[in-house]
Amino acid sequence: MTDASTEQGTSTTAVRTGVSVVALIATLVLFWEGYKFIWTALEWTWPVNPSDRTLPHTWDIVAALFKPAQRNGPLLIFVELKAALFTLREAFVGFIIGGSIGFGLGVLFVRSKTSERAFMPYVVGSQTVPILAIAPMVVVWGGKLDIPQWLTVSIIAAYLTFFPVTINTLRGLRSPEPTAVELMRSYASSPNETLWKLQVPSAMPYIFTALKVSAAASVIGAIVGELPAGFRGGIGRDLLQFSQQFTAAPEKLFAAVIIAGLAGMVFVGAVTAAEHRFIAGSRREPT
Amino acid sequence: MTLVVAADQLGKVFGTGSDSVEALAGIDLSIPQGDFISLIGPSGCGKSTLLRLIGDLLEPTSGNLLTNGKQPSQARLDRDYGMVFQSATLLDWRTVRKNVELPLEIMDIAAEERSKRAGEMLELVQLDQFGDHYPWQLSGGMQQRVAIARALAFEPSLLLMDEPFGALDEMTRELMQQEVLRLWRETGISVVFVTHSIPEAVFLSTRVVVMTPRPGRISAEITIDLPAKRDQDTREDPRYFELITEVREVLRRGEA
Repeated sequence: MTDASTEQGTSTTAVRTGVSVVALIATLVLFWEGYKFIWTALEWTWPVNPSDRTLPHTWDIVAALFKPAQRNGPLLIFVELKAALFTLREAFVGFIIGGSIGFGLGVLFVRSKTSERAFMPYVVGSQTVPILAIAPMVVVWGGKLDIPQWLTVSIIAAYLTFFPVTINTLRGLRSPEPTAVELMRSYASSPNETLWKLQVPSAMPYIFTALKVSAAASVIGAIVGELPAGFRGGIGRDLLQFSQQFTAAPEKLFAAVIIAGLAGMVFVGAVTAAEHRFIAGSRREPT
Repeated sequence: MTLVVAADQLGKVFGTGSDSVEALAGIDLSIPQGDFISLIGPSGCGKSTLLRLIGDLLEPTSGNLLTNGKQPSQARLDRDYGMVFQSATLLDWRTVRKNVELPLEIMDIAAEERSKRAGEMLELVQLDQFGDHYPWQLSGGMQQRVAIARALAFEPSLLLMDEPFGALDEMTRELMQQEVLRLWRETGISVVFVTHSIPEAVFLSTRVVVMTPRPGRISAEITIDLPAKRDQDTREDPRYFELITEVREVLRRGEA
């Protein structure tokens, strides 16, 4: 394959992605407005009342983004993008912390059956406790320990991210075929060499799958983490505020939701790009 | 004469209690240095198990075994043998060259020496043009040649091969047989070769060890007295067919 054809391949893929994104947005808008039109015409109110108060027009939502958030203030879109960036930073730090802990636990568990048996139930159990219950505790403890507030939020994000990484790292580290393990044994390879030369590379497709899930979860974790303390600067606080003003200005909440969604997509997209860089095409997705 | 493999009343049982399976029983086997020995028999006759005992990938339950005159575990730690499996087992994130270098990396051989030796090995298996390719870009036969180059890279005195050509088509298989014979002659290495193909065993070996299942036992050892230099003409030699028939009859008797 020549460079030229690769480039052409990339640009065709980009065009195709662009077309499908536009088509998807168009479909969603059509569905939204179609629902509103039909339900209004037939005076149906179930399952969602089509009034402008509960289901604002899509163009009103977009327009809300380009109005000042406060009198004489900057446009809502700038305020929300800045807030989203702030939240993304917290999410990213949480993602790194959670990802590292997840990877470390995966390695520990693959090395020692005893530690897997001892700790795995707690790892699974940790995910059955709602993050909404954990978040206020972490905020209080963080405050007592004088940890910066944004870092407290990152810890809450990390709580959501370490789990998928742990599970997938463990599965990936166990994925090499038995003959590959025998091969390393025939070389009298040390456990560390087998880990780094065979198991970790074999686990990369699994780990990246988990990192994509974790990237999205870390944004959720950061938003939820901002709520209990009413922590300013991030998009979580704005979502809370706009939901309280929902009946007066519903389009603002929807606008903020769109920006929050975009933030998550950007993060997942970045992880996917990293995956394409680090893993050769033939072995990207685990089967 | 030194023996690369010396087994005395060797036995292997998998599992314990009522679930246990006796895979090998009463194996006596001597393999002199420089020989090409094939282990042949139906599935479940323990031929792969025996190969793994020699390489210390499994531990025997009873009897004695020496590999290269040492305990198999010591032979493994000394990297006395190279192993080739039915699947090439190449690491697909490494290029062909880096795959051949893998054992050398683990043995802490300097980068320069590694790349020199990998180059020589790829030349030996006639893949020097493919060093920078990835395994998936190669045919099955080529992948298996890389696996052989990798097994020979650290110059072991013994080569253990577990049905290495089992997944290849007939034409490729015959080419690979010529290839492995050439390597055997050029390097003077001893080979223990597991197969379930009678013609393959006869064509390659100096001696064919026939095994029968439940539990795995050696039922006969047949010395192959074909000329040392073997080529396509050997496959049409009347003696070749006689030996194939002889092996087949021993196998059939084992089934009865």
